[in-house]
Amino acid sequence: MKSSARRRDRTPKTYARLEHPLVRDEKGGPFRQATWEEALDRAAEGLGAARGAFGMFSCARATNEMNYVAQKFARVVMGTNNVDSCNRTCHAPSVAGLSAAFGSGGGTSSYGEVEHTDLIVMWGSNARFAHPIFFQHVLKGIRNGARMYAVDPRRTSTAEWAESWMGLNVGTDIPLAHAVGREIIHAGLHNTAFIEQATTGFEEYAAEVEPWTLTVAEKVTGVPAAAIRDLAHAYARAERAQLCWTLGITEHHNGTDNVRALINLSLLTGHVGRFGSGVQPLRGQNNVQGGGDMGAIPNRLPGFQDILEPDVRRKFETAWDTVIQPHYGLNLTDMFEAMETGDLRAVYCIGENPAQSEADSEQAVTRMKALDFLVVQDIFLTKTAELADVVLPATAAWCETDGTSTNSERRVQRVRKALDPPGEAREDIDIICDLATRLGHPWKFADAETVWNELRSLSPDHYGMTYDRLTEHHGIQWPCPDTERIEPTYLHGRLWEADPAKRGRLAPFGIVKHDPPVDLTDDQYPIRLTTGRRLDSYNTGVQSGSFASPLRRGEYLELCPEDAELYGVEVGEEVQISSRRGSVRAPVWIDPGLRPGLAFMTMHFPDEVDTNQLTIEANCPIAGTAEFKASAIRIDKLPGYVTEMSATAARS
Amino acid sequence: MTAIPLQLPRRLLEFTLDGEPTRVPEGATILDACRAAGKDIPTLCEGDTLTPKNACRVCVVEVEGARTLAPACSRRAEAGMKVLTDSERARTSRKVVLELLASSTDLSTTPRAAEWIKEYEAKPDRFGPDAARVNETPKIDNDLYVRDLDKCILCYKCVDACGEQWQNTFAISVAGRGFDARISTEHAVALPESACVYCGNCIEVCPTGALSFKSEFDMREAGTWDESAQTETTTICAYCGVGCNLTLHVQENEIVKVTSPHDNPVTHGNLCIKGRFGYQHAQQR
Repeated sequence: MKSSARRRDRTPKTYARLEHPLVRDEKGGPFRQATWEEALDRAAEGLGAARGAFGMFSCARATNEMNYVAQKFARVVMGTNNVDSCNRTCHAPSVAGLSAAFGSGGGTSSYGEVEHTDLIVMWGSNARFAHPIFFQHVLKGIRNGARMYAVDPRRTSTAEWAESWMGLNVGTDIPLAHAVGREIIHAGLHNTAFIEQATTGFEEYAAEVEPWTLTVAEKVTGVPAAAIRDLAHAYARAERAQLCWTLGITEHHNGTDNVRALINLSLLTGHVGRFGSGVQPLRGQNNVQGGGDMGAIPNRLPGFQDILEPDVRRKFETAWDTVIQPHYGLNLTDMFEAMETGDLRAVYCIGENPAQSEADSEQAVTRMKALDFLVVQDIFLTKTAELADVVLPATAAWCETDGTSTNSERRVQRVRKALDPPGEAREDIDIICDLATRLGHPWKFADAETVWNELRSLSPDHYGMTYDRLTEHHGIQWPCPDTERIEPTYLHGRLWEADPAKRGRLAPFGIVKHDPPVDLTDDQYPIRLTTGRRLDSYNTGVQSGSFASPLRRGEYLELCPEDAELYGVEVGEEVQISSRRGSVRAPVWIDPGLRPGLAFMTMHFPDEVDTNQLTIEANCPIAGTAEFKASAIRIDKLPGYVTEMSATAARS
Repeated sequence: MTAIPLQLPRRLLEFTLDGEPTRVPEGATILDACRAAGKDIPTLCEGDTLTPKNACRVCVVEVEGARTLAPACSRRAEAGMKVLTDSERARTSRKVVLELLASSTDLSTTPRAAEWIKEYEAKPDRFGPDAARVNETPKIDNDLYVRDLDKCILCYKCVDACGEQWQNTFAISVAGRGFDARISTEHAVALPESACVYCGNCIEVCPTGALSFKSEFDMREAGTWDESAQTETTTICAYCGVGCNLTLHVQENEIVKVTSPHDNPVTHGNLCIKGRFGYQHAQQR
């Protein structure tokens, strides 16, 4: 007998589209179908009762226009800056780190530049799987002669294309970056002219990295000293270099520090603000860049304009005829904590599934259950929607609405309606406007373009992007302040200006320290678990589960061959996986790309194996992103499992 | 510091195209010049996102003074060259190419093939009922693509798209020699056992429908495929932050296939498995 592994149903749960509004007649009672009228009345009543204790979860998957209207709803109708989206669980540290260094939260270069660069560093990024079409630009670069270095604990399919793979220990990115920085300085390869004219804090940075000799770094990171030296020299000597990262950098309790440590290297060598030289985070959701740009974050108004600036507030107050709270709101992580203390009593959640996407998902569910009122607006009855008091059926943004979204290279592109939504499902913007009307703000937008033009009038960076121009140019990258001009494809060319006035604010080095993962491995939990994506699946699998992928094999605990032997487990054998927070069962898979002591799982099949029961809610204090990439686990064999080998022996 | 690599200004050169003086930028092909002049030259193996392999020979033109005909898709225009696109020799060559292709393979789903066969008065059945045919049955070994090698003209576009020109997966190549040459996975294993990652970028470039989406194949079999009733809408993929452009082909409010615009700076016509096939969730109604 091959134990329970074979009996597991591998067909992912498919979700049917929501076609009608749902309400409950009592807290905890069953859902029943309702009319739009009734559902909106109830939603308005529930939210209206919680003014002052309200939070908005906007959607990194929806259009810019929807995010603009959603944050306006939070700020004008509900009078709060408590608005955020799932960018918090992935790239908020990139935005925080980039804006601290350069004053703007976008990647500094464009995909096309990767094809014309001399050196590409893929740090904590398996773009071959997670961003396959970006990786085609990387491959073009490699074919054009660029050298590629991959820094990742796993020898991924991205690393297979690298000249050198640096398999560092999980959570030692800062030691590695600092050692690279120190080596560059000691070899005299730093760009002194650029450092002097465009940066601040170099002396302090040099002192901070001084202890990170190649030998010390080798001990901490596990990467051979010679390899670190090689990367340092290659990066510093390259004429142009691109430094790209993904969630391997950001999903740590000190994600923002990690981002700063990488940006430091670009400042040290002058690899920023030029064609082909830059730093580039690869974003995980179709509009996670745009959601933030549209102000669906607690500290920025649309156009990435700071709430703390009185002039900025005044502009929006005049345009919106309202008073904007002169302080930052709560981010997603803060909002979850405020649910526990009772400071947040009602939430309007659009297109997000925090019940499954948050680290320590069980805690997230308990907290949402404690809310007085939860409205969920989505295309499916997700695990989060199941907790709601009112569920509003929406359109699938990417194929059932008109609008725009903004990609990882800051390119705003048109989203167009191709399908009619099912049943009574309605457009997000129309639903929000109907709720706003019931709460005393009779909003009406004729179409998405009207919303966009309102945004354009308030955001200088988007002003030049009319819908017609977006179509004409295959999308336009921000900043685009002029309706006649197109700006260069890279940001911060100003840092190279000779005139200090044109150069603007100098870029500060980030003085950051190594801080190992919170969830330490020990005798009881000896294995480091890291998480990530596979090629054919996406996030919590609600979307990607519904097509018949020949590549899909369900959730597995991936181990290296050495560990599989050590624990006496084989491919397909179901095991118990426990962390200090919870435990799940999953079958074993063997991946020679892993190293001893390192295991890998995805979050694609939470209905099958809820990986986020294991992950730790240890948050980056600056950006609030949880440490999905580093948990300590143990694995235990399940009693009664007969291995294939022993079964064969018994048969013969 | 490096400057922005602006493309060098390209000199215009002049040559004679069907007796008319023509000016094109240096480096342009004869085909580019023909298209700019509004001349309709048939092409099959040429692709706007690929470097031509000169496999099909259907675009050949006559260059004065040259011993052989030249493929317009890859022969660059040269100053002073005299090109005849519609000479007797070029027309005969195209006619024979079309006859050979249409007699051995099934061109029923090749756009414009029937029109060209008529225009060049090609008679594919003149080789008689015993003419060699590829005679392959469609390979249906997964839920996403069908490979119908009976329609394959060995133009290499799928091999280039899967290989070094775009996808760099190298799941398929040409195996065998002469008439037995076929596009094949390693050891001709079924697609799910091969290196294929189901990006569908081979289907995107296939000129004959030898590679097709299972959705399209099934609808054609059932007789429900109706391109005249389809709309094409370009939108943005919802699966990651790269921002790939998807063209959704919709028939009766159902997505029936997904392609990508070839002139788009993000995708150049390429997608991954999620963008190409991951649309079902929107229509779980």
